[in-house]
Amino acid sequence: MFLDILRIELFKVFKRPRTFIAFGAIALIILLVQFALKVNGKDFIQLYTDSQADTFDIPYDKILNGYFVCVAVLHMILIHVPLLIALIAGDMISGEANLGTLRLLAGRPVTRTQLILAKFGASTVYVILLLAWMSLFALLGSILLFGKEDLVVFKENDLHIIKNSDVLWRFFAAFIFAALALTAIAAMALMFSTFADNSLGPIVATVCVVIVFTIVQQLKVPVFEETVNPWSFTTHMLGWKGFFYVEKTAEGATINGSVENAGALVRSGLVLAGYIILFLLISIVYFRKKDILS
Amino acid sequence: MSDILKVRNLTKDFKELRAVDDLSFSVKEGEVYGFLGQNGAGKSTTIRMLLTLIAPTDGYIEIFGMPLHQKRKEILRQVGAIIEKPDLYRYLTGFENIRLFSRLSGVKTTDNQIREELARVGLADRAESKVRTYSQGMKQRLGLACALVHNPKLIILDEPTNGLDPQGIADMRRMIIHLSKDLGKTLLVSSHLLSEMEMVADSMLIINKGRKVVEGKVQELINPVNSIVELKTSDTAVATSFLENSSWKTCLLPSVNGTIRLDLKKTDIPEFNRQLVAHGVAVQSLRPVHSLEEFFLSQTRE
Amino acid sequence: MKKYFVLLLLLLPGMFVGAQDVKELLKKVKAKYDLVNDYTATGKMKTNVIFIKAPVATVKVYYKKPDKLKIKNESGISFIPKGSVNINMNNVLGLNNFEAVAAGTEKINGTECKIVKVFPISDEENITRATLYIDEKEMLVLKSVISTKENGTYELVMSYKTYKAWGLPDKVELTFNTRDYKLPKGITIDYDNGSGKDNADKAKEKKGKVEITYSNYVINKGVPDSAFN
Repeated sequence: MFLDILRIELFKVFKRPRTFIAFGAIALIILLVQFALKVNGKDFIQLYTDSQADTFDIPYDKILNGYFVCVAVLHMILIHVPLLIALIAGDMISGEANLGTLRLLAGRPVTRTQLILAKFGASTVYVILLLAWMSLFALLGSILLFGKEDLVVFKENDLHIIKNSDVLWRFFAAFIFAALALTAIAAMALMFSTFADNSLGPIVATVCVVIVFTIVQQLKVPVFEETVNPWSFTTHMLGWKGFFYVEKTAEGATINGSVENAGALVRSGLVLAGYIILFLLISIVYFRKKDILS
Repeated sequence: MSDILKVRNLTKDFKELRAVDDLSFSVKEGEVYGFLGQNGAGKSTTIRMLLTLIAPTDGYIEIFGMPLHQKRKEILRQVGAIIEKPDLYRYLTGFENIRLFSRLSGVKTTDNQIREELARVGLADRAESKVRTYSQGMKQRLGLACALVHNPKLIILDEPTNGLDPQGIADMRRMIIHLSKDLGKTLLVSSHLLSEMEMVADSMLIINKGRKVVEGKVQELINPVNSIVELKTSDTAVATSFLENSSWKTCLLPSVNGTIRLDLKKTDIPEFNRQLVAHGVAVQSLRPVHSLEEFFLSQTRE
Repeated sequence: MKKYFVLLLLLLPGMFVGAQDVKELLKKVKAKYDLVNDYTATGKMKTNVIFIKAPVATVKVYYKKPDKLKIKNESGISFIPKGSVNINMNNVLGLNNFEAVAAGTEKINGTECKIVKVFPISDEENITRATLYIDEKEMLVLKSVISTKENGTYELVMSYKTYKAWGLPDKVELTFNTRDYKLPKGITIDYDNGSGKDNADKAKEKKGKVEITYSNYVINKGVPDSAFN
């Protein structure tokens, strides 16, 4: 029965034109970034390497490869994808309430827990498909346009060079992690959605929470660094980047297949999973008791 | 016939407001049960509680002999409902809507069955159109098809004629009678229009401000033993004087707009008329008023 | 520069006496290095710069007399220090107009070396000063410290084995000055995995090191000019 409800929810999600706005927007943004980097890629890299141009020969052409472009694309768009997720997940319950169909759903022989779980499942599938679509464009597209090479990852205090042969699995791991992070956003939007009878509120609330926590995180002031940030999900949402940070030997050489501080990634994954469970539990408890008056 | 639906002492509070107050009634199998009340009387709240959309503050609901809050799924599998407006998925076709709701009810319907259902409500030729292109009447009929697709035993229709044109109202009335008389379904139909209920309902419950006003067979409510009678005469003073000094005094009701009103047994009306004439009262008219309508309005008027 | 030279002369009068000997020594060393007109070598390059995490790279080194040298990572990305051109000893030995003084001896990797300080006289040279540690027995430079106008000081330590006869090292360690690497906040929006703070402190160490271990040389077989692009 649950699978039937999930199928129905997916059917509804993918029958709505608005669902595909996100897919279109992502394809467009990726193409724009790829085009921009194709034309002005060297300028973009100089942004990162400027201080080192006197000391090293910077192989700009090689750095500007498909993997680098893909990471740049993900860096630029993953921060905005929560909005696209909120558009769908924030509408899951409240949209039906607004449309008047929630009372039809809830009056059928399905439990409210099943409904929430099916809607969460549909949101998760949407997240995964959106990421798969993103990876198709960002990874395959960039490789086709820019070719494959070692990947250079510029961080605030260091830069990591990852062997060509050691990169691809990191993208898959990063996509899986991003899926986990965005599923947490979906769960939060779904939770807000159970509280409201119109979709605007939950969507705006979700986006606001993400913005507020992102700003708090970016401020990097001790008062937040030690209190809010270790538990803020926006901190952990960036975990996908962690797969592109490598460990090195005492002599400075990178270790193939390694991830810098893998324990932090595991912790981030667990925190995100914890948020998903928390948001889902709140949604279920609240929705089970909710009087459907719409 | 056995009770298919039993409601006992049902109460619902919304913060300060008591929307449904200690309501009890029963619906027998196979009947059309009219649920009558002004807008805001608590009909929709009661129906939403029957469908588990709203949790009662107090009281007990039993459907098909099972307690609703314990056997929710088993019960709802055999219940079909339209609640207020027929809001369906506007971005889906009529066909897709029916299929979706049949699956939600745990029934695997074939495409042919869905088409038959659409044909039954006269939407066969619009099966593949998006619901957003439907008229209000078409939506209402599609809503009915969605409520019926899983062949429920109990059908709950909340204000099914709201927003329909006269033709739509007539179609809906025919459909209700068809479901009851031809298919043997039990229907609970709410309305704020007594005339609608009189035409289709076997039994009726009138509520006001969440409380039961009257419940009974429609025939009995419409044709009770007593009738309210309006007397018009050219000399009201003579008539009043006679009545106050006769055995009819106990039947007198307060007058409305100077019209003398009495609550009489129907069988006593000819004798009453004869005595009036015999005592020189010039009777211009002696008219039984529509008792239920009167009653309904008198009870539910603010 | 000349003032500096004069000062040195005053401080180390004994060395002046030996200047001709030193130049002679440098000539002999140069003669050894001059056996090689060009070479192509493959090697493994390890980068040890505090703010760079790089894999061990397979590099190709191209050289052509007198001063063309290029290190290329043809199968990946390496940040090759600009001063790597100085692993070519001809950069110092090929100077036309210079003064040289002996500055004692020192053991490099167990080998007694003569220290020779070289001062180019022309202001046009990029090199301002070079200190060579010369193994007189083999006529090989085992270590050099080269100061340049543009890129600071480079220190080279070379060990010779298989290609000793050609004056070509099996291993070169190049130590060079680095500049701070720190991107403005907000550009990268890093994932905080708790390791960033250590790096920020260590970034104050201003020396980087590159180590190339050569596996084979192809000597005097000709190298096209295009290899140096």
